Amino acid sequence: MSRILIVAEHDGNSLNAATAKTVSCAADFGVEGIDVVVFAADGAAIAEQAARLTGVTRVIRVDHSANAQPLAAVLAPQVAALAADYSHVLGPSTTFGKDLMPRVAALLGVGQLSDIMDVQSAYTFRRPIYAGNAIITVEAPEDRTLVATVRVASYQAAAEEGAAEIESRDLDVALPEHTRFKEVRGGSSDRPDLQTAPRVVSGGRALGSSENFELIFGFADSIGAAVGASRAAVDAGYVPNELQVGQTGKIIAPELYIAVGISGAIQHLTGIKDAGTIVAINKDGEAPIFEVADIGLVGDLFQVIPELQSALN
Amino acid sequence: MEKIMVAVKRVVDYNVRVRVKPDGSGVVTDGVKMSINPFDEIALEEALRIRERGDAAEVIVVSIGSSECQQQLRTGLAMGADRAILVETGQPVEPLAAARVLLKLIEREGVELVILGKQAIDDDNSQTGQMLAALWERPQATFASEIKFADGKATVTREVDAGLEVIEVDLPAVVTTDLRLNEPRYVKLPDIMKAKKKPLDTIAITDLDVTTDAQFKVTNFAPPEQRQKGVMVEDVAGLVKALKDKGLV
Repeated sequence: MSRILIVAEHDGNSLNAATAKTVSCAADFGVEGIDVVVFAADGAAIAEQAARLTGVTRVIRVDHSANAQPLAAVLAPQVAALAADYSHVLGPSTTFGKDLMPRVAALLGVGQLSDIMDVQSAYTFRRPIYAGNAIITVEAPEDRTLVATVRVASYQAAAEEGAAEIESRDLDVALPEHTRFKEVRGGSSDRPDLQTAPRVVSGGRALGSSENFELIFGFADSIGAAVGASRAAVDAGYVPNELQVGQTGKIIAPELYIAVGISGAIQHLTGIKDAGTIVAINKDGEAPIFEVADIGLVGDLFQVIPELQSALN
Repeated sequence: MEKIMVAVKRVVDYNVRVRVKPDGSGVVTDGVKMSINPFDEIALEEALRIRERGDAAEVIVVSIGSSECQQQLRTGLAMGADRAILVETGQPVEPLAAARVLLKLIEREGVELVILGKQAIDDDNSQTGQMLAALWERPQATFASEIKFADGKATVTREVDAGLEVIEVDLPAVVTTDLRLNEPRYVKLPDIMKAKKKPLDTIAITDLDVTTDAQFKVTNFAPPEQRQKGVMVEDVAGLVKALKDKGLV
């Protein structure tokens, strides 16, 4: 019996693109089946989306009022209860998956593998450590369930040409009441999603203020790009935390990444090294960002960006 | 609450550019500066602030590893922890094993709050806090950027992909720290002198009666693939042309 269970990530209405990328990774394992489980208050629409992902064999829908919000303490015992039928349990390496999957692994009494970037066999993988400064090859034991997260920036989303069966399940699992969801703030934006956008414009400390950061938003909007930021810009309060790109923020792989006024600390570079083309605009010609940039321009961003914006429109 | 426990990991310093050994057997650590994992320093700072405002009586700082981890524990004591415990082992400790060790210490000490870094900057796993919470059968509040206490509960703001999420957890609980929770204090010389007199107990990991054998086998270390050298352009016109040549605009 060799089957993968993937825990779907969603916002209550639609499936997160990270799930489709996790399915692509799972397809490399060479197992007999890939099932996706949707935990929600009402997961009908989400389950249908998951059923269309190419490679998915079956979608398991677990509707429960306690599953309205993705609380790891509530979801983990449910995932653990389903895990008995699977050789592997996967989740995306997003804040959702990173919160949940270690808790699942510990309930099963097994270790967890983080950030799979390459599948060599169903039990041999490559993953980054030290902010991507080293890539290790790891062998997992075959005699127990493998719980892992997938570095979604390493994978393309699975196509939507499938038609998997959907099965509703009631799980007889005691759910803890010690953890309660209160609210989610921010994140509502009409702009493209940072983690899936084909174009991203990021700003750094050189912007100098949140007012000046509007320059980045304006330019990004003009080319239909998502907006990101370096840790320095987030720490300085120019933009909220969900825009941070890097080792401890979001790992992204857009077709075009434009880094504006970002010096390029290794912790930032690890978040963008899968980008198709990296453009760096910085007034310091010695900045490390130029070592990884495909196209570099030394100049004052406050002159370059307005000029670039008008040249492109 | 009575006791807060914080675990600190000894890691290659944040500012060191880590290099893989030519034979692929590991990364170069000889002669490299070692420090407390930055997220763990934030965890300790938060515990100290909670104690200083009167919400806790004692802060215990813990590390798991070789005898050299005493350096990081002394730094933790100098920052203000009341006492330290080193769980000594010469073997690598995976997150599940670390969680099992920490649970033993929690049970011995009667801890009500555990604060850990959200991830270590060496293996980038981001697992130990969640695993500990599972084994302890207690709440977890990961990636915290704000913690408040009232009536035996903690309200924690978490940095998640969608923005900021607020959850309420009953105590005891495990909290893991994100970058913007606080800015750790600098250690002053008199504090370093004072820290030498604070208790630092050592326990052999084998005396704790926990399973700590490694489940994963690392067979190779490799440097990351380098991106090809790019081009420098002189001006915006050159940039626009380069983007057009690549079909990107």
